[in-house]
Amino acid sequence: MPSPLALLILLAAPALAAPVLAPPALADVAPDRAARLEHLVVQDCGSCHGLTMKGGLGSPLTPEALAHATPEGLAGIILDGIPGTAMPPWRPLISQAEAIWIARYLLKDQDR
Amino acid sequence: MIRTTLAAAFAAALLSAPAQADGPTFATGGLGLVIERAAGSVLVVDRIGRETLSRIDGLGDLSHASVNFSPDERFAYVFGRDGGLTRIDLLAGRVDRRILQAGNSIGGAISDDGALVAVSNYEPGGIKVFDAATLTLVADIPSPGKTVGLVDLPGRRFAWAVWDAGEAFLADLSGPAPVVTKMGDTGANPYDAVLSGDGRHFVVGLFGEKGLTAFDMWDPAPAPVRFMADYGKEGEDLPVYKMPHLQGWAFTEGQFALPAVGRHEILWVDRSTLAQTARTPLHGQPIFILSQPGSPFVWVNFATPRNDTLQVVDSRTHQVVATLNPGAAVLHMEFSPRGHEVWVSSRDDNKVIVFDTRTRAVKAEIAANSPSGIFFTARAHRIGL
Repeated sequence: MPSPLALLILLAAPALAAPVLAPPALADVAPDRAARLEHLVVQDCGSCHGLTMKGGLGSPLTPEALAHATPEGLAGIILDGIPGTAMPPWRPLISQAEAIWIARYLLKDQDR
Repeated sequence: MIRTTLAAAFAAALLSAPAQADGPTFATGGLGLVIERAAGSVLVVDRIGRETLSRIDGLGDLSHASVNFSPDERFAYVFGRDGGLTRIDLLAGRVDRRILQAGNSIGGAISDDGALVAVSNYEPGGIKVFDAATLTLVADIPSPGKTVGLVDLPGRRFAWAVWDAGEAFLADLSGPAPVVTKMGDTGANPYDAVLSGDGRHFVVGLFGEKGLTAFDMWDPAPAPVRFMADYGKEGEDLPVYKMPHLQGWAFTEGQFALPAVGRHEILWVDRSTLAQTARTPLHGQPIFILSQPGSPFVWVNFATPRNDTLQVVDSRTHQVVATLNPGAAVLHMEFSPRGHEVWVSSRDDNKVIVFDTRTRAVKAEIAANSPSGIFFTARAHRIGL
């Protein structure tokens, strides 16, 4: 059985192949929206991935788990979900720039 | 007035915990716990006085936390996401014992005699059973995947399903060694399960395919029966931003009221034939569908981003009879045992709202830090939790 990480990377590939806008910097999301996105990551993503991102029904999103992920790949998964799994597409709720912001937020946590 | 005085006495008794043995005596039948998921704390609440008695900290990651109670309603067992199992003494208002029993957990159950506490684990997958008094390990039942839908059954038994494997199991712990039986295949990716209040039907909800699977637990050899295998096939599924819960589901008017997965609907199923009888269009993806005791009504909350709303549905007509907006991010509801009130947690408004179920008006509000689950001690006497 492939590890969740392998699956994550594998399924990120089609998203990577799709045209991706130039990734905006973190600052491209207004501060109040950024605060709401952080809240969404902790609380709503946390429903499946755990408040501390150590996983649950969803894969862990810890520094170790995301060590080989790119912001663009993660953003693709966030926007389009992973068909055949419980990961839903968040595109109806957030923009591409916001998905990139979330991806970088998760990856930035690795520097802690 | 008398009630207020009594409540004050409760609070005083709890706040002076060390002197508890010498202090005034009081009962726990009106108490409950409110999970503060982000802070890793719980509030001890008096549902009769509608107030908080104390806050207990240090319980770890409480996302998706749940609670069971000892049969005498003295102890609460809190199951945390991080594998923490905490036994809280409600009389003393403090942690009695606490262990970290796994890396990642999803819930628990207590045996009918109150002797054993079972925990459902994601990582490593399986069920662990503990002595309810000492929290020492009694049985370790590994599983090839994430265990979901753990319930207690009469006779020191537990049942559960496995998300990854699509299988359901029954464990009998009445003898010297646990006897674990595979009951059958459930279908792909069971996300939760529930036991009807009479202990008969163990119903497993599926995420990986349409439909549900029921086991007749009154049968000596329960076998899977698939039903509702084609619900919603006429339309495209919507994204599921939060898994529905089956625990505490509605069973009313001879029907099961079930959350459709990927659709903004309640599915009504005739209990004797397991055939769909009706559908009720809703405000969003239903999460909890709970029966208001002593009434024909079920109350429903919803997945993000449509989770500021509650709807009340009449099980006779299948019509929505009320739409309420209690606050931001409504995560859970708990009825008083006889249904005169319902407590509703609004995570993002940091409060618990108490509704009068007859008028559906707000009776009280209680401050809480990102509240999620609400659990009253009356659960001690209910089967299948």
